[in-house]
Amino acid sequence: MTKQGIIYGVNGPVIYIKGKTEFQMAEMVYVGKERLVGEVIALSRNLTTIQVYEETTGLAPGDEVIGTDAPISVTLAPGILNNIFDGIERPLASIAKASGAYIARGVSVDSLDYEKSWDVTLCVKPGDVVKGGAILATTPETKAIVHKVMLSPNLAGTIVSVMPNGSYTLKDTIATLQKEDGSIVDLTMVQKWPIRIPRPTAARERISLPLITGQRILDTLFPIAKGGTAAIPGGFGTGKTMNQHQIAKWSDADIIIYIGCGERGNEMTQVLEEFSQLEDPKSGNLLMERTTLIANTSNMPVAAREASIYTGITLAEYYRDMGYDVAIMADSTSRWAEALRELSGRLEEMPAEEGFPAYLASRLAAFYERAGMVETLNGEEGSVSIIGAVSPQGGDFSEPVTQNTKRFVRCFWGLDKSLAYSRHFPAIHWLTSYSEYLDDLGPWYNENVAGDFMDCRMKIVELLNQESTLMEIVKLIGSDVLPDDQKLTLEIARVIRLGFLQQNAFHPEDTCVPLQKQYQMMKIILYLYTKSKELVEMGMPVSILRENNIFEKVIAIKYDVPNNRLDALDQYFKDIDAFYEDVLARN
Amino acid sequence: MNIEYMGLSEINGPLIAIEGIRGASYDEIVEITVNQKERKLGKIVEIYEDRAVIQVFQNTDNMSLTNCRTRLTGHPMELALSDALLGRTFNGVGEPLDGQGAIIAEKRADVNGKPLNPVSREYPRNYIRTGISAIDGLTTLIRGQKLPIFSGNGLPHDQLAAQIVRQASLGEDSKEEFAIVFAAMGLKYDVAEYFKKTFEESGVSSHVCMFLNLANDPVVERLITPKVALTAAEYLAFEKGKHILVILTDMTSFAEAMREVSSSRGEIPSRKGYPGYLYSELSTIYERAGIVQGSTGSVTQIPILTMPNDDITHPIPDLTGYITEGQIVLDRTLNGKGIYPPINVLPSLSRLMKDGIGKGYTREDHQDLANQLFSSYAKVGDARALASVIGEDELSPLDQKYLEFGRAFESRFVGQSFTENRTIEDTLNLGWELLKIIPRSELDRVNTKILDQYYPV
Repeated sequence: MTKQGIIYGVNGPVIYIKGKTEFQMAEMVYVGKERLVGEVIALSRNLTTIQVYEETTGLAPGDEVIGTDAPISVTLAPGILNNIFDGIERPLASIAKASGAYIARGVSVDSLDYEKSWDVTLCVKPGDVVKGGAILATTPETKAIVHKVMLSPNLAGTIVSVMPNGSYTLKDTIATLQKEDGSIVDLTMVQKWPIRIPRPTAARERISLPLITGQRILDTLFPIAKGGTAAIPGGFGTGKTMNQHQIAKWSDADIIIYIGCGERGNEMTQVLEEFSQLEDPKSGNLLMERTTLIANTSNMPVAAREASIYTGITLAEYYRDMGYDVAIMADSTSRWAEALRELSGRLEEMPAEEGFPAYLASRLAAFYERAGMVETLNGEEGSVSIIGAVSPQGGDFSEPVTQNTKRFVRCFWGLDKSLAYSRHFPAIHWLTSYSEYLDDLGPWYNENVAGDFMDCRMKIVELLNQESTLMEIVKLIGSDVLPDDQKLTLEIARVIRLGFLQQNAFHPEDTCVPLQKQYQMMKIILYLYTKSKELVEMGMPVSILRENNIFEKVIAIKYDVPNNRLDALDQYFKDIDAFYEDVLARN
Repeated sequence: MNIEYMGLSEINGPLIAIEGIRGASYDEIVEITVNQKERKLGKIVEIYEDRAVIQVFQNTDNMSLTNCRTRLTGHPMELALSDALLGRTFNGVGEPLDGQGAIIAEKRADVNGKPLNPVSREYPRNYIRTGISAIDGLTTLIRGQKLPIFSGNGLPHDQLAAQIVRQASLGEDSKEEFAIVFAAMGLKYDVAEYFKKTFEESGVSSHVCMFLNLANDPVVERLITPKVALTAAEYLAFEKGKHILVILTDMTSFAEAMREVSSSRGEIPSRKGYPGYLYSELSTIYERAGIVQGSTGSVTQIPILTMPNDDITHPIPDLTGYITEGQIVLDRTLNGKGIYPPINVLPSLSRLMKDGIGKGYTREDHQDLANQLFSSYAKVGDARALASVIGEDELSPLDQKYLEFGRAFESRFVGQSFTENRTIEDTLNLGWELLKIIPRSELDRVNTKILDQYYPV
């Protein structure tokens, strides 16, 4: 029997049904004549509250609400990658086909293409005893990614029959399973999973690998681990989105889920356009082949914005279960928090700080805890890393969303307005940012890049810290009065800032830099520092050192040395020696 | 439906409630007749069973619980659309003010609009030349962009907007033409007159469609004004293939009106008393800028907002900045120095600029030059701060050069006259000329090849 109710009241995206209903919490419902998608969010003896994922214009008391008996779920099967969805996994291209350039309400489209054939290779045989998560078949989903069709975590039993390898659509049965209670289930490539429930895993594993992004300030100074969490907070115009794009483009994750949550429509269009043209430097495939975009732009309904984050992370967990390293860009989590606030306001809940609901912190925690390096149910190793942008009100990091996010992430990349104003990009400030993964990842860097990688990093950070102390003095009395060793510190810090921390996303060589080059650049800068320091200690003023263009030359390494010609870096050590001799000889 | 409901059950500021209503739906428009002659429009904002809460667009002063008849129209707010919109003046809800009678509708459209599907958008790439150096050079306006002007009371944002309207061109050889949709929310009468006069003087009146809600017009009416205006703009752009420049002024009045209505509805306030849906509401307006694939037209928005107390972190500019693709910030100190337009370039930004300038659009050195100007001008600030402590004479020669650069940059690059229309070449060359004040070794944002060409050793 289908459960149903009759609308009693409408207030923005929230509707009410009077009287006792059969609905359960978090159940997905269809509302009104246009069958708008909604979700039950509160139940009481005389009132059922439903949030609607589409515009409620035109809904009237007396309209019908029909239950589906299932919570809001996503469809998981081949075809997710190289696609763009709205907040509740409806493909935007299909919506455009159905309703034109503008998104109409109540558009009913399948999440995935059920007509398309996939080239399927079966991996099980009759008689196999399988548990949830077991890999049933594989199919090349895109050129870059092999999709592993898994048994839903809720099922287990014995395989009865298996279809031969071949071409199948999502509608086709590829195997049958006898459950432990004896009943037979037809298995297709499709499974459904409720978005608000984390997918189960065998075990959480320790974090030990970095997510390499090719961005110097991230990889070297504030690294994030595979399975880690990071937040990028910053006022408007400081480059949150730009940083997210850079990580999505160049990080060494297998799969990227990009969630545009309450952001600009043109930005999503840009990602779609750009990623369909850019190649992944490692595999040579197009970036879109490993990417899924979830777009709930700021003018799309607010309730679907709240859901988009969960849709994204569920898709990520699904690919993680296949043994992939997945990275999620959530841009921006503040919009999601504001969606919570907006809905909470409509429900007339008691507000906590700044009008946000009191459960903001626990929701944020639950979201970020879905990241991690895990052993999957089928024994593979996979990870979900979350990189969440935060758009603090007024650029003030003391507001509730930033503060609560800080409690649950272990990497904090604080963007700075004054850096952005002077067009120093990425505008991640080296003094306010931190990474708690340093201890976990240090051994990896020392083993895989260079034995003294972490030492070099320490020295760079130290110099930057010294610079900031000295700048306090310079602001008061000017740099002319400083002793020469301190002037040298400022000069080297300038080289670090311009030559190392600043990275040009639009320069073909500089946009993504291999770790080995990052390390060598640090070495060269530190070598320049050691040699210059010797000269200064011998009594040479910094002004004489500056007459040589070696400082400018080191700053320009990022542009002058191509990423595939790292041997050219050795020359710089020789140049620094020459500079040393030259200064000595002439003075 | 022709059922009329007699009387009301409640009147509270701009909100009225009716009981015993049947078949009403959320967001529907109702017509209210007061004393059998005066006609008002309202919108259903809340509905419970047979009780509807209606927000009335005109004032509710002469309404009583008994003298009103309410009729449901059965649809949300609609606007009559046709080519004839251009050259006309309407009030804030789209009724003619110029005595030329109603528009004969070729089509009617829901003013609330619908979200544009990101896959159907075309990424904006063509720049609009405004002839203003600070904008063309450093915060380039792109066709299909939404670029607000953040201003304060008493600053010349109106003049700047008028100058943009007058000078905007799609490049030297383009035959395409602009049309302008002008929406005023809570605007002072004099300012509205000023714009009218400017449009007439520059001979563009026949390409302008004005929607005026003046400061003494009903507050609630201005909640719908930008939506009405954008409906007209979308129609002219995407169905008639025109390039539309939309000026929305003043967005602050719009947000204030929202707060007023929200508070009379007894809603839970979030920041500074504004309702929690301020962001969603602003974004449904701003996101209506853009280009639709397969259409030749475009909608470019220049919203103007006055920052309360010049505070850029106030919720209105703050949320706006998070939605729009950059901002042009006007500065009181520059204005005090007599510099027009007083654009503070450091916090100003055009997010779409990077893809619409450079080789093939403006000139290959444009991006590098802009970066360098930003970076060097940021250093001017440091030098000035130091000078205010130790005095200008004590500064190092380099810092002195920066001060000189700062003065020249403000008076010659940012500053220009109200009628001056500079070409992009002029702007870029001027930028290089000014950079020559500081030593070449300081220019660390420019590619060496470009530096050699424009600033030879």
